[in-house]
Amino acid sequence: MSGPDYMVILVPSTSHAMHAEAALKRAGIGCKMIPVPRHISSDCGVCIRIAREDQAMARTVLDAAAVAWESMHDC
Amino acid sequence: MIYLDNAATSWPKPPEVTAAMVQFIEQVGGNPGRAGHRLAVESARIVYAARQAIADLFGVRDPMRVIWGANVTEALNLALHGLLRPGDHVITSSMEHNSVMRPLRTLEAQGVAVTVVACWPDGALDPCQIEAAIRDNTTMIVLTHASNVVGTLLPVAEVGRIARRHGLLFLVDAAQTAGAYPLDMEDAAIDLLAFTGHKSLYGPMGTGGLVIGPRIDTGRLRPLKQGGTGSRSEREEQPAFLPDRYESGTPNVVGLAGLAAGVAWVQRQGIAAIRAHEVALSQRLIDGLAAIPGVHVYGSLRAERQMATVSFRIAAMDPADVGLRLDEEYAIMCRVGLHCSPAAHRTIGTFPAGTVRFGLAALNHEAEVDAALVAVERLAKGVS
Repeated sequence: MSGPDYMVILVPSTSHAMHAEAALKRAGIGCKMIPVPRHISSDCGVCIRIAREDQAMARTVLDAAAVAWESMHDC
Repeated sequence: MIYLDNAATSWPKPPEVTAAMVQFIEQVGGNPGRAGHRLAVESARIVYAARQAIADLFGVRDPMRVIWGANVTEALNLALHGLLRPGDHVITSSMEHNSVMRPLRTLEAQGVAVTVVACWPDGALDPCQIEAAIRDNTTMIVLTHASNVVGTLLPVAEVGRIARRHGLLFLVDAAQTAGAYPLDMEDAAIDLLAFTGHKSLYGPMGTGGLVIGPRIDTGRLRPLKQGGTGSRSEREEQPAFLPDRYESGTPNVVGLAGLAAGVAWVQRQGIAAIRAHEVALSQRLIDGLAAIPGVHVYGSLRAERQMATVSFRIAAMDPADVGLRLDEEYAIMCRVGLHCSPAAHRTIGTFPAGTVRFGLAALNHEAEVDAALVAVERLAKGVS
């Protein structure tokens, strides 16, 4: 049985989410802004949902673009 | 009507600016960072796009270091009140606007030492005078990029190199230049750049901000305000990261939508093309005014040494009367008096009556300059 298809990336703020979205889109990585799931954090902002298969590439892209991100989680 | 008060605020705005603001109000409207629904996210995208546009304009790598504020005055207050402490010494010029002078005089009363370096009567600054004023306790140099009274450009790149050589912070007020004159923070060694959105970036009033360079320790730069940011909502302490450390409260997204459209318009025209147009118009205005008997023009009289802001007086006429008659008899809008810059007027010798100021912009054209020259000539003839 396979795990969830998606992962979420937590970022410090909505501004960071937009920064991350711009970098991921430039790299051709599909992503969607969604409210932070309550089981992951009490924060009221947004996080970035990506396909699980893009996890490694997303890390590389965000780090290369110097986008501050906090953690990646199953969702 | 002929609008020549662009040094106060540009008008009219490109139609794209209005369209972007209407689009936001009618189609988006969400509060960025305060929810995860599509309208809030779209609103956040608009704020981010404006941030990126400003970062690109000034050669800044990290758009998160672009901090929004209500105007350039708020940005200057953040930088000055946020960084200067009693015992520090700060150097500035005698061409500054009160947006720099008043925070400095307030800080002076709190124990910050202030040196105002005198500029020449045409508004020009000798960078050596800045270097000569440096003391052991000097921590910052703050300089306007160009005078709002006579348009004279100040040598920011040279002063930036002096600041860097002496390990000082360098704050630049780009109110009169951002969008109309090339400015790269790294090239000019600028650590803090305060800008307005509603002049040569063609955005609406209520937009502007401070770009914080990489040499600034944001732990030392105190915010002017604290409050809700939409981030770290479980905590009662202000977030330490940028931009949230300095951006509490719902931002002016409708304004930023207009600002992003204004910056995009400027980039499409090209700053070099805008500059060439403004230099040609200003030289035409300066030469025309200088040729009118009884008119005295202030500043360098050389358009390439200044922005498209020209100050003059008609002999024996109060500038306030000139302004009123230009409005009522010729439908020409200008600004008269001291232009919130008493030190600059003392420097050029026009305190306390001030001058008549024509501020040109990218959307002005030759026929408007010529009509203004005819109007001034008629007024001058009436009194000479």
